[in-house]
Amino acid sequence: MLAVVGTIPDPDFPLATGEVTLKGGHIYVEGRPAPVNRGTPALMAAAIKCLDVLGLPMPYGYLAGDIGLGDGSRRLYEHLVEHLPQSDFQVITFHYLQPDVDWHNKVLFAIGKIRKRPKLIADAGFMYAAKMSGLAEEYDLFTPDAGELAFLADEEAPHPFYTRGFILHEDQNIPELIRRAYAHRNAARRLLVKGRIDYVAGPQGMIATIDTPSEEALEPIGGTGDTLTGILSALIYGGFEVERAALLAARANRIAGWLASPTPMTQVAEIIARIPQAVTQVLEKS
Amino acid sequence: MLKFLKRKAADSPPASLGVETGILVFENTSEVIRAENTLKAGGWNIRVKGPPPEIRTGCDLVIEFPLIEELAVLRALEKVGLRPLQTVPVTSPLLQPVDLFHVKDFGRFLMVRAANMKLTIDKQTSFLVNVSGGGCPDIPYLAQEMVGRKLEDAPQPREIGHTLCGYALQLAYEEIKRRCLPS
Repeated sequence: MLAVVGTIPDPDFPLATGEVTLKGGHIYVEGRPAPVNRGTPALMAAAIKCLDVLGLPMPYGYLAGDIGLGDGSRRLYEHLVEHLPQSDFQVITFHYLQPDVDWHNKVLFAIGKIRKRPKLIADAGFMYAAKMSGLAEEYDLFTPDAGELAFLADEEAPHPFYTRGFILHEDQNIPELIRRAYAHRNAARRLLVKGRIDYVAGPQGMIATIDTPSEEALEPIGGTGDTLTGILSALIYGGFEVERAALLAARANRIAGWLASPTPMTQVAEIIARIPQAVTQVLEKS
Repeated sequence: MLKFLKRKAADSPPASLGVETGILVFENTSEVIRAENTLKAGGWNIRVKGPPPEIRTGCDLVIEFPLIEELAVLRALEKVGLRPLQTVPVTSPLLQPVDLFHVKDFGRFLMVRAANMKLTIDKQTSFLVNVSGGGCPDIPYLAQEMVGRKLEDAPQPREIGHTLCGYALQLAYEEIKRRCLPS
């Protein structure tokens, strides 16, 4: 099964775990709804759309309400440390969580107790914590954008907010940032760098680039990175190798965006609706 | 006595220019933002920085201040109900927050990126149309509260955000305000 861990921007949303379903514009866990406008619900909705195409079971969600105070994230971390060792997930995707290195390390230690090691994907706040912990290489995939890649490439920055200027200035030079991130061992085994051009990379450097279809208006739209990570997680759970899944997910996410005829004010829910068509198209051609 | 200290604070040189400085460590970033507002309004010459490695947890800011003014600073904070977790002398260089902006003009829309955060406005209507990027849990919350509102009516990230990503979004918000609202 695919597990997704993240937060809901609602302080009253309790810790909820279980199968995630999608109905209308909401995901549901333990019968509790959350709109799929952005963040972890957008990732989950995208994963569900892709899993539907693949004919696979729905993901398992670990969710808690958190608006940035870290309380919901801490409840989640605590729950994961207790319950993950008994789990049998094939893929675990970590998403919007308050970056906290101590808790990150405890969660990773708990994962180490799982009988068969799952594939590990980190995005958003948990990726920040994974980098800062010095244990980035334990992960199969990170999905940074250019700004976050600059943060991975800066061996001294504990958060993208502190990325040094001379490295940020390089954010158009993605291959150099990738090289630097691996040189300082601050990257996962594979990177999918999302942007105007998507890059799939590993310690040896660039593996592939994806640049079509190209829609400039996708950059400002919140949640397009979340949908990419959702599709990717589903494809890896579906048995695709990480590199191959990254390539296909990047293509599918671009096509879904293109099908939505986006402008900078398009909301990500409009793109999620196009994912089944996009994934089908990409899989037929692969 | 307080008046004297305040006047002295306002006249003092910037915290990182050779004066012995300390840092105030708080429970979370929203407390740092409140403390920053309080101390700046009081005329203190303080700066928001990254914490030294030994006290980093992953998503933190600290306030650097002239150490000699510790008592007055703490008193001012206590008046607004803020109590730092620690006050630590600075012994090594502190991290500087990002101060670079990337601006992209889409014609009708303008996008500003600060660090890992992007904010986009419809220039014709002044509605905020999208928030993108970031990884801390207040970002989906900030997007929910800001998107679909006019720039002048939307809550500021510094008012309802709590993390470094929220702080970066505040910088993008201020840059958009500077470019789109008449001063």
